[in-house]
Amino acid sequence: MASYGTSDFRKGLKVLLDNEPYLIIDLDFMKPGKGQAVYRIKVKNLINGRVLDKSYRSGDSVEGADIEERTMQFLYKDAAHFHFMDGESFEQVELTSDQVGDAAKWLIDEMMCEVVCWNGTPITCDPPNHVVLKVTYTEPGAKGNSTGNVQKPATVSTGAELMVPTFINQDDMVRIDTRTGEYVERVSKS
Amino acid sequence: MHGAPQIVMMRQRAKLLARAREFFAARGVLEVDTPLLGKGLVVESHIDPIACQVTVGDGRTEQRHLLTSPEGPMKRLLADGSGPIYQFAHAFRDGEVGKRHSLEFTMLEWYRPDHDHHALMDEVEAFAQAMVPRVAGVAFERLTFQQVFQDSVGVDPFATSLAELRTTCERLAVPVPPGFDEGSLHDALDLLLVAHIEPSLGTSRPLFMHEYPASQAALARVHASAEGHQVAERFELYIDGVELANGYHELADPIEQRQRFDHANRVRVADSRSALPIDEPLIAALGSGFPACAGVALGFDRLLMIATGSKCIDDVRSATTQ
Repeated sequence: MASYGTSDFRKGLKVLLDNEPYLIIDLDFMKPGKGQAVYRIKVKNLINGRVLDKSYRSGDSVEGADIEERTMQFLYKDAAHFHFMDGESFEQVELTSDQVGDAAKWLIDEMMCEVVCWNGTPITCDPPNHVVLKVTYTEPGAKGNSTGNVQKPATVSTGAELMVPTFINQDDMVRIDTRTGEYVERVSKS
Repeated sequence: MHGAPQIVMMRQRAKLLARAREFFAARGVLEVDTPLLGKGLVVESHIDPIACQVTVGDGRTEQRHLLTSPEGPMKRLLADGSGPIYQFAHAFRDGEVGKRHSLEFTMLEWYRPDHDHHALMDEVEAFAQAMVPRVAGVAFERLTFQQVFQDSVGVDPFATSLAELRTTCERLAVPVPPGFDEGSLHDALDLLLVAHIEPSLGTSRPLFMHEYPASQAALARVHASAEGHQVAERFELYIDGVELANGYHELADPIEQRQRFDHANRVRVADSRSALPIDEPLIAALGSGFPACAGVALGFDRLLMIATGSKCIDDVRSATTQ
């Protein structure tokens, strides 16, 4: 793989640190007027999701990580694994619960996901940025509370919990931003 | 959609420029305008110029540089007897892109014959108070480089080691770059400064940090402190964690200045960066008529960021191309 100098650093770059693949999620250029520049980056481990802070100086470089994202359909989950299929080659791959991590909160059967492969081996998956899920449980909203910013807890079909506006009822379909885990809008009423 | 807020910002910028010009006019400081394109440079270890090829009169090409600061040409004017001068100059620094850095930025630089850095700090304080109403009634704090390091991270910069600085970084969760243990003490202190100390400097009230270690003197005079440390007659102004201005009691010794430029070039070459051509007319000027003076460079874009509460330098500049 290519090696990247500090001036190549940008959000979204995938790099190899201590022999594990990381994604640059934030970066900051710091420099005292007369002093040496420091490139501070926040990186997310693509295997276990851990976030680290690293710093580099001009002239340093890091190896790129061979990361490929493949759009695959989530098939089903059994006791040990989540199973995915490539819609064109029909190739099937599996990931453990640990590898799927928080993404499991948003997966429903047949959903299209990005399976992340490192050196050709699947290591994790990203759900779509937005998913539409059915509300399976929420308390009825109190009358007169339908306009403000008042929210209440709700459970959706995957078992995930989030806050929704009070006008949302059980069996409504809601759009959720999986990156923040937040409610976006109501898609259809029950 | 971007037009409207940008135009509002340009109006605020124009207002601040006008106020700054009034400040200097009232004090009899002459506005000057010097070339941005130069053959030689004020050579610094960690500031990279942008080189460009130009065609001179008879079709020959020559390498020039967009200046990283107007210091050289302004010091030549001082040597020719200009008296106090100031300038709003665009400055160019390769590779400097970030929330507070831009490849091209506006520097307000001024020089005061017969001032030392303490007298110039007084004037910079008056200037900042005239520009930013929020700090108008506030007495600025003055702390030495040593005091700042001792108070904020418990390190004496004149009696520390790379090992102690590594432990300090680890204690404060400051990530240490590769090669830290083989680097210089000076670079390790800078790392702690930008990554940990700086964000809190000048937050309760503006702060002048002064008496830098001699290794960070650049173009400032050096003297022995009361404790016997070699310290540079240099200061920096911090407001709200932002490094806003850098000033010197200017070195007026051409031999010493050449040695410092040569040293900076050796650091550059050791870092696998190219040595830079020295501003020879500047060296000549230091040896011929250059007055005792103090000078300061203030990041005008950063001043506007502070005055308007902006978080990113691109928000206060016109049509940035990055």
